[in-house]
Amino acid sequence: MSTPAVLASLLDFRRLDLLATGESALHRLDARAKVVTTLVFVVCVMSFGRHTVAPLLPFFVFPIAIIGAAGLPARLIWRKIVLVLPIALLIGLPNALFDREALLDVGGVGVSGGWISMLSIVLRAMLAAAASIVLVAITGFPAICGALERIGMPRPLAVQLLFLYRYLAVLGEEAMRMATAHELRSSGQPMSIRLYGALIGRLLLRTWDRAERIYLAMCARGFTGDFRTGQSSRFGWPEIAYVAGWCGLFLLLRMQDVTHWLGAATLGALR
Amino acid sequence: MHMADALLSPAVGGAMCAVSASTVAYCSRRIRNEADDRRVPLMGVLGAFLFAAQMINFSIPGTGSSGHLGGGLLLAILLGPHAAFLVMASVLIVQALFFADGGLLALGCNIFNLGFFPAFVGYPLYRWIAGASPGSTRATAAALVAAIVSLQLGALAVVLETVASGISALPFSTFTLFMLPIHFAIGIVEGVVTATVVTFVRTTRPGILPDAAPAGRSVAGTAVAFLAVALVLGGVGAWFASKNPDGLEWSVAQASADSETESPSTSIHARLDHWQREIALLPHYRFRDEGAAAPPPQTMARAEERLGTSVAGVVGGAMTLLFAVLIGFALKARAGRR
Repeated sequence: MSTPAVLASLLDFRRLDLLATGESALHRLDARAKVVTTLVFVVCVMSFGRHTVAPLLPFFVFPIAIIGAAGLPARLIWRKIVLVLPIALLIGLPNALFDREALLDVGGVGVSGGWISMLSIVLRAMLAAAASIVLVAITGFPAICGALERIGMPRPLAVQLLFLYRYLAVLGEEAMRMATAHELRSSGQPMSIRLYGALIGRLLLRTWDRAERIYLAMCARGFTGDFRTGQSSRFGWPEIAYVAGWCGLFLLLRMQDVTHWLGAATLGALR
Repeated sequence: MHMADALLSPAVGGAMCAVSASTVAYCSRRIRNEADDRRVPLMGVLGAFLFAAQMINFSIPGTGSSGHLGGGLLLAILLGPHAAFLVMASVLIVQALFFADGGLLALGCNIFNLGFFPAFVGYPLYRWIAGASPGSTRATAAALVAAIVSLQLGALAVVLETVASGISALPFSTFTLFMLPIHFAIGIVEGVVTATVVTFVRTTRPGILPDAAPAGRSVAGTAVAFLAVALVLGGVGAWFASKNPDGLEWSVAQASADSETESPSTSIHARLDHWQREIALLPHYRFRDEGAAAPPPQTMARAEERLGTSVAGVVGGAMTLLFAVLIGFALKARAGRR
């Protein structure tokens, strides 16, 4: 990653993080409801067969509805989703090359099962990315950690995640300053492994010292190995309605090919 | 080499999530028992360090390409296997949530592939080769071997998970022949970088590296035990994936079969069925019937049915997306008014 790309991804991280401070009804829901719903969504989407394309499309209603209802910036979310497309195409391409049995003939051009399954993989990747990004945007990372812990994630991992999250941007900026300093002094020469080792080693030592300072500062404030977040949210009727409503819709979309119904009905109406 | 949600079936993903979750639980218990508060912020900040380190790229000599640190082995050398595994898990969770790397269902796979192998296979190997107080050459060799072995196992795990899921059409042998050599090269780079950083730290501030006690039997034993569990669970997952489309699909098929038999013939189902049969005769779309001049009527009926499905699929897909976007706008407008 070049420095501007690093900067862009750090900025995106911050922007995504800030979205969670929103005030919509969706933001206020208990995080557990949102985490569980997202997991059910992902499992439903991924349980379709290899050549499924059309039945995947109705699932886009979930991220789109949430973007609308929570007032999220659609362009930012879309940009984050588009970032996964190159990888999705890369992992889908082998299907197009290996699965050559013709499944469909559109106006004389044969479409092999491989291209259809590649399209399916791209759609799956987009839905998966949309689900996780939307979840972060309406919940916020600390709340997700809290929800996971209340669902059963061990405490040390929850504390670890909160620490990692808190210092991500700090160390990211430090690494970026190092990369910029190298760029300015190297007149465009690429970084050798030896130099990289020394640079990363130096960053590691600084990180270590920082951890020591943080530890002492936290000890001075009564740290006993745990984080106290002080959040108290309840799993009430709105949460039950949210989970039941979405999961019911996902199961319906999973069992019935709504896309096909809709298409058939439209074509029938046009006749 | 993140495993992606898009290539994963719920059976395999779920099985790997179970494996990774139990490893996380085990490591968490070990960490808790150590009761060293000092490590809590250290682990957290080192996770952030790994992120930061991955943002800086170095050039790989002779190839023109660039790479960055994976970091699993380095963390294990600095923190020991249990803490390193937890740190890797946390890094992968953040990557999945914020950067959509891999995905939520694939987290189990990724934590196992990128966290388990360096911590519980690579690291014991490193300690075994490096010995108590390694010189620079021996430490480099140890890091090299450990990194290569971890990455080869990780790459193999990606192949197995992908093939067992059955979404990708890549044959096992082709995928293996593609993945293993690439990850052999990546392993060499990872080993060299890890050794360089460790040597730098050793010369600059030797106190940081943990005491060189030889890897206990417990680590190796745990590794073998978890590997066995993974193989069993993976086998069960693969069996599910191949016998039935998968557990959910199977149960869904059962459920929808029941509901369909109950629907009366005058219902909307019947009308839609009728439409479907009509549009199946649209001229420009037809199935290829190479080889067979006159397919048996049953095949033809099925072909027509699938064809109708695909045309309606395209139209319905466009309609669905339109609806979804309209719903989004409507909700946004409503949210804006309040």
